[in-house]
Amino acid sequence: MKFATELIHGGNPIDPEHGSLSHPLYLSSTFAQHSFDHFGRYDYARSGNPTRDALEEAMAGLERGTTGLAFASGMAAIASTFLIFRPGDHLVVCEDVYGGTFRVLSTLFSGWGLEVSFVDATSLDDIAAAIRPNSKAIYLETPSNPLIKISNLSGAAALAKQHGLLTIVDNTFMTPYLQRPLELGCDIVLHSGTKFLNGHSDVICGFAVTATAELGQRLRFVQNAFGAVLGPQDCWLVLRGLKTLKVRMEESQASARKIVEWLKAQPEVEKVYYPGLPEHPGYETHRRQASGPGAVLSFELSSAAHTRRLLEGVKLAAFAVSLGGVESILSYPAKMSHAAMPPAERESRGIKDTLVRLSVGLEDPDDLIADLERNLNS
Amino acid sequence: MNIATQAAHVGLDRETRTGAVTVPIYQTATFRHPGLGQSTGYDYSRSGNPTRQALEEGMALLEGGCRGFAYASGMAAITSLLFLFSQGDHLIVTEDLYGGSYRLFEKLFQQFGLSFSYVDTSDQEQVRQAIRPNTRALFVESLTNPLLKVADIEALAGICRDKGLLCIVDNTFLTPYLLRPLDLGADISIYSGSKYLAGHNDTVCGLVAVKDPALAERVYFHQNGAGAVLGPQDSWLTIRGMKTLTVRLERQQENALAIATWLTEHPQVGKVYYPGLADHPGHALMAARGKGFGAMIAFEVTQPHLVNRLLLKTRLISFAESLGGVESLITFPQVQTHADIEPETLERLGINNLLLRLSVGIEDKDDLVADLAQAFEEGDEA
Repeated sequence: MKFATELIHGGNPIDPEHGSLSHPLYLSSTFAQHSFDHFGRYDYARSGNPTRDALEEAMAGLERGTTGLAFASGMAAIASTFLIFRPGDHLVVCEDVYGGTFRVLSTLFSGWGLEVSFVDATSLDDIAAAIRPNSKAIYLETPSNPLIKISNLSGAAALAKQHGLLTIVDNTFMTPYLQRPLELGCDIVLHSGTKFLNGHSDVICGFAVTATAELGQRLRFVQNAFGAVLGPQDCWLVLRGLKTLKVRMEESQASARKIVEWLKAQPEVEKVYYPGLPEHPGYETHRRQASGPGAVLSFELSSAAHTRRLLEGVKLAAFAVSLGGVESILSYPAKMSHAAMPPAERESRGIKDTLVRLSVGLEDPDDLIADLERNLNS
Repeated sequence: MNIATQAAHVGLDRETRTGAVTVPIYQTATFRHPGLGQSTGYDYSRSGNPTRQALEEGMALLEGGCRGFAYASGMAAITSLLFLFSQGDHLIVTEDLYGGSYRLFEKLFQQFGLSFSYVDTSDQEQVRQAIRPNTRALFVESLTNPLLKVADIEALAGICRDKGLLCIVDNTFLTPYLLRPLDLGADISIYSGSKYLAGHNDTVCGLVAVKDPALAERVYFHQNGAGAVLGPQDSWLTIRGMKTLTVRLERQQENALAIATWLTEHPQVGKVYYPGLADHPGHALMAARGKGFGAMIAFEVTQPHLVNRLLLKTRLISFAESLGGVESLITFPQVQTHADIEPETLERLGINNLLLRLSVGIEDKDDLVADLAQAFEEGDEA
């Protein structure tokens, strides 16, 4: 089955009882049992809910994994994944990791004894050099947020296997439509499903998909014990959002390409970060491991005044945090996604105060360009 | 203001543009900023959502706390509170606590270097004896699951204050209608809101109320950081449920007393655990609080085979986990809610192969008694 068909029919069979094409929304916290010692598939909705199951199965299928798990937020998925490790374990993490992930690693999990090295993950040598005897995993985002750096996933996965480590990839920017890390040898894929997967800026959710059933069981234990699960109504909305994933991604990506070309020609724009540009240092690597550059781009403006004027002036792109919705969203990493990172850390990672990130939605690209133009060249 | 009024008004008066009397469901992930460095007070729904906030403020009000927090489940609430502690810390915990809490403590957090002592928290001396130099908190169920032991929260909070421990009270079985732990000196009250607070067996959620603003800030850090938050639609359903908290619980405890009394006279029933019965060891303490005795009953049948018969033959009372909803539920703790606790411990505590737990709903009490009576009779168990 091709991807577009899988989105409509995969993991979401037609309800056998009534023929409903849409999966029923089970708002039940508990399920009645019919045998005193052999319980049915469902007993308590934290442990399993049919609506959540439909979504988890769909996600496992799309990412080509064995086990899908839905969480209350992307951070809940990430924190639950870190809970499979133990005090004294060490992780190698890409240095421009999402600010919220940086925050839990540098506060909560460092307090629990989890050790972390942040590295420039565009270099396999840098990753290899950071591996220690107590290392347990390599944690990557590619393209990274917000500097759109590219890591070599199959190279990192091979390196990890050599050292007996897990490879964990936050695939939020790409979605399984454009990139499937498990097929490249990685072990766990994570998502802020809030972004492109759900795609409508209306649900907070997170996912983990594991390559093996054994790893799936370890995460399932944490999901049930910690209990940071996604509620059934939010699950239902994500199932709905997933159906249009391919058409949304294709349209947004085409618009992003057009906007990138336009931005490159603007004197107020100093630099454009987008993996679809042949001059991008990760262009070749990205082309090998993903089927498209996606719909998120970052660019640097020539001055703080231009930055402010653009952020406050745009009408069509909402000035807001988050990304991946049908609405274009312009955000300011220094004060938003990476506000949790100390200024010195941020600067050293190249996240300047003149950097803005654009998540391209489904508006007509000519309208978006006109809106940007009004606020850049006024 | 009386708690019945507070509960009925949770989420009211928030929407000024249309005057809608129920809080809107803000099904949004993100919020547009008016300008650089400006915010409407909301930026991303994990960090704050107006619907969830209405629930959180309602919770703080009902509990007399400075701030409330809503989580994806009761266990997510407990986990998020455990994030307040560090490697090497020790907690004192109620021994017959919910099996999910036990599993979390022993299988997950023990490996992260937390240690736990399990004691009978209805006995203050046992709590005192368990305090070590590295003890940081007492985690106590105000009415225990499933044996319905009653803890003297005021006395325990006093011990915690003297020894510099955080006093965390899982008040799921009582709700703020029957007990307000923060008024009695506790620092944090915590709930599986899936139970009485939401009250309709349709929402999984966790709720927390905190007394002190500085502590609340630390709790918020982990709610936002680890992100185990409750979604807006579940927040809305919980608000809707909370409006009828007091009327539901009044009827439920009236029904529970009738059923517990009937059970004590039944020839196939041994021990009956219900604090509303005069011979229950916690009866005097709860009677002195003057609010009622809750709607949870545990009881032993005289023969193991009766367990199966009751679970499968009750028609109105569903055989299902969970509790606190409008529908009555019956559970077999040894294999359901408490399956994660070691068999020897369960046996010592009295969570045995004869013990059943009943969560009494708001059906007519005569119908519930009749349902139990017919289930005890010999016959066609499936």
